[in-house]
Amino acid sequence: MSASAELTPRAFPSHVYSVGREKIREYARAVGETDPLYFDVAAARAAGHADLVAPPMFAVVYAATAFEAAMCDPGLAIDLAMLLHTGQEFDWGALVIAGDEITTDIALAQDGTRIGMRFVVFHSSSRNQRGEDVCAGIWTVAVRERT
Amino acid sequence: MNAVEPGGELPPLCVTPDRYVTFRYAGASGDFNPIHIDDEFARSVGLPGRILHGLYTMALAARAQTEAAGGPAKLKRLAVQFRGAAVPEHEIAVASRVTGHRDGRTIVTVTVTQQGKAIIRGATAEIER
Repeated sequence: MSASAELTPRAFPSHVYSVGREKIREYARAVGETDPLYFDVAAARAAGHADLVAPPMFAVVYAATAFEAAMCDPGLAIDLAMLLHTGQEFDWGALVIAGDEITTDIALAQDGTRIGMRFVVFHSSSRNQRGEDVCAGIWTVAVRERT
Repeated sequence: MNAVEPGGELPPLCVTPDRYVTFRYAGASGDFNPIHIDDEFARSVGLPGRILHGLYTMALAARAQTEAAGGPAKLKRLAVQFRGAAVPEHEIAVASRVTGHRDGRTIVTVTVTQQGKAIIRGATAEIER
C-alpha cells in the first residue's frame, strides 16, 4: 500500500434495517440498560412513543451492515484480523422506535497513513421511513501491519 | 441537567462485565470479530486474551449520560476515541464532568477507566437541557 492512498469517491449500496422489539430488548439487555422505555411497550406508550424506544447506541445495530459491507469492500483491501476500532462519533436526531425502517448510507471519508498505521474513516447517515435523520456516524478504524 | 454547573460531575456508572459479556454483545450487535470471542485467536494477534468490544464500552458511556439526563431523547451527540483494550471480569467506571453549556445543550467530558487505565479518554457528550 502506498503511504497515502489516493482517495477515490466510492459509493456503497444503502442498507435498510427493520427495527424489531425483541432486538431492542436483546441489545438493551446486553449493555445493561434498565430503562422501561426499552423493554415495556406499555411504559413506552405511556411516555408518548408508538412502541419500544431503541437506546441511542442501537445505532451500531441498524448501521452495522452498511459499515461491514464498506469495510469488506475488496477495493479497500482492509486486513480485518488486524483491525482496531479507534474512534466513533454519533449525532442523534429523531428517536428510533420498534417498527421503524432505517435506511443507512455510508461513504469513505479518509484513507491514509499516520504514525505508521493506516487509518480509514467512514461517514454514515441513517434516516427513518419518514425521511427524518436519526443518526449520523463517523467510524474510524486503524489497520495494524502484520509482523 | 440545568442544575449541574461547569466543573460539576454527573453520577458515576460502575459496571463489572461478567465473563460472558462479549458473547452476549456479539449476538446483540452482530460483531463476531474473533478478538472478542476467541482467547486463542486474540492471543495470536498480540492481545492479552478476549477483549471487550469498544462499542460496548461506548454504550456504557452513553448509558451514564441517558440515566443522568432523564432518557434516551436527551443524548444528542457522543464522540469517543478508544485508547486501550478492556477485558471481562474487571470493574469499568464511567466518569462524566460538565464543562459548559452551548446552544441549549450541556457539554460533558467523559472518561472510561478499567484497572486505573483509560479505555476512553476525553470523550465528549452533548445533552439537551
